[in-house]
Amino acid sequence: MSNFALNFVDPAFWYSILRVSTPLLFAVMAALVSSVAGSINIGIEGMMLMAAFWGNVIGAFAKNPWVGLLAGIASAVAMALLLAFSHLKLRVNLVIAGVALNLFASGFTVFMLFALTGEKGTSASLGSQPIPKLDIPLLRAIPFLGKVLNNHNALTYIALISIFVVDYLIRKTPLGMRMRAVGENPDAATSVGVSVLRIRYLSLLLSGLFAGLAGVFLSMGYVSWFARDMTNGRGFIALAAQALGGKSAILGALGALLFGIAEATGFTLQSLRIPSEITNMIPFILTLIVLVIYARTRVRSHSRIQEI
Amino acid sequence: MKRSLAFLEISRMVITILIALLIGYIFLLFSTKDVNEALKWFLYGPLSNQRRFVEFLNNSIPIMLTGLALSLVFQAEVFNIGAEGCLFFGGFGAMLVALKFPQIPWVHLIVTLSAAALFGAAWAFVPAFLKVRWKASELVSSLMMNYIAYLLVLFMVNNYFRDKAAGALVSYRFPQTAWLATLTRYRLNSGFFIAVSAVILIGFLLYFTKYGYQIRVVGANKKFGFYSGINVGLTVFWVQLLAGMLAGLAGGIELAAMYRRFVWQSLPGYGFDGIIVAILARNNPFLVIPSALFIAYLRVGANIMSRMTGLAPEVVIVIQSVMILLITAEALLDRFKKKLIEREAMKNE
Repeated sequence: MSNFALNFVDPAFWYSILRVSTPLLFAVMAALVSSVAGSINIGIEGMMLMAAFWGNVIGAFAKNPWVGLLAGIASAVAMALLLAFSHLKLRVNLVIAGVALNLFASGFTVFMLFALTGEKGTSASLGSQPIPKLDIPLLRAIPFLGKVLNNHNALTYIALISIFVVDYLIRKTPLGMRMRAVGENPDAATSVGVSVLRIRYLSLLLSGLFAGLAGVFLSMGYVSWFARDMTNGRGFIALAAQALGGKSAILGALGALLFGIAEATGFTLQSLRIPSEITNMIPFILTLIVLVIYARTRVRSHSRIQEI
Repeated sequence: MKRSLAFLEISRMVITILIALLIGYIFLLFSTKDVNEALKWFLYGPLSNQRRFVEFLNNSIPIMLTGLALSLVFQAEVFNIGAEGCLFFGGFGAMLVALKFPQIPWVHLIVTLSAAALFGAAWAFVPAFLKVRWKASELVSSLMMNYIAYLLVLFMVNNYFRDKAAGALVSYRFPQTAWLATLTRYRLNSGFFIAVSAVILIGFLLYFTKYGYQIRVVGANKKFGFYSGINVGLTVFWVQLLAGMLAGLAGGIELAAMYRRFVWQSLPGYGFDGIIVAILARNNPFLVIPSALFIAYLRVGANIMSRMTGLAPEVVIVIQSVMILLITAEALLDRFKKKLIEREAMKNE
């Protein structure tokens, strides 16, 4: 057990937390930009899966990771467009549309994987083009933090930067203001000339963009192949982490890091011969606990009638 | 008026299914040269011989029960999609009792299936309780419970009940007293009759009892339900437990009749198929039977196509998701509906 405690002063442990948190950070931003404008994006999971698939496959065919990155993001945004269209134009219930989208992504990726490679498990046979890691001399020079922060995948840095970009977008820009207005009171927003429809479309597409980055990281950074259903609930964990942070990007990101710590701790416990099934449960149980804590604080602030 | 609206609903359904199949066709077009051969097996496969027909009926059983469970919770406007976890945990409960309970004929089987239902309900208790007590989103919590059920059961089965003599990762074989009978040479699962009677029972509950009326009122308008003196929280709570029971029973039946061991190493997906069954049935329990049969037909058709032509059967998942989107699209054919209502209104004047 002393080994386990030692982990927390080991920079490699903190490095791995940043690594496993990267897809969650992106996914939390995806959840945030859509929920700020009042739509819960259940489809993040499917968008991530789609981006992970196309990013890896197109990257392998083009022999260029950046082409893969763009293709992955484009596929996720296309999924977001489909979600936005079916919800806003065809008036499908947003939750059902999200569930359908996730189902679609899971079937579609396996079908295409089989059609392209003849395998149903992973795309390892295609050969892969991972997105490179960045060695930043300035960071390397810092004693402890250097080992934690340096030599990450390029997308990890983009994830960290995007926290602040989203924070700024939501709090300070006119677009962010409109998004919040639409989320809080669509009628009031309409009365001052904001197009609710356009803002909701935009926020869902933006959500697709971040979900795409999350998915691409999974198949081109976290590992270098696509595996069926590799998102493994991260899209939903992100929804819970975002709920924890409310409308703040910074708090949401801290929520994502909390789940990252749970996941990384799981890996460490595994090395102590605690079975992987039990350690893998940690993020899911944590999600449940967080959900309850969040819901409790919310119920207290509501009146009795709203409680039903 | 009512009749022409029903006609509109049906034509919408038909159009939806045709569009979904067309999209599936396009997918096949891209992945094989002999599309007609693939399509033939896909659409006609389950009817091509008796064995395949029984396979099709057997496939409809678990999704009929999960579809029933989900139609019940969707009626109350609760988005609990934890049927998958309840089914998995229910299967585990069935295995526990099948392996540990004394082998008394009939009693053993009944206790096994009841345990499946009970374990399913126990698993549904968590999201239901969190929802009623703290208003925690049942969507997220039921999903998390799916993953937890999967990992927990896998841990238990692989560490404590694993049959080392068997070639694969499976539990010990159930004793014969816990077997649910299979009929005919092609092993028709007698659980089919249990599933159909469950549908009729729940349909009766929903449309002919006070409790069923409460569920529907709560689903239609929570506030109205509250002000007319219905305990909304309690209704929503029990609906989820009942649904968990049905899903757990599905797991128990599947194991006790088809495998006679605990065989699942991944989530079998019946809970998620139940979502599409419920949506296709428009959350009407009675329509769950044809809807489950239809989805099972597509699934078995896709599997037969895959066996005969080597294509991936996952194309059926794509078709199903397109169907979900189009069937729930309220705006589809809306203009016709409005016109129809206007015309009828004019006639009555």
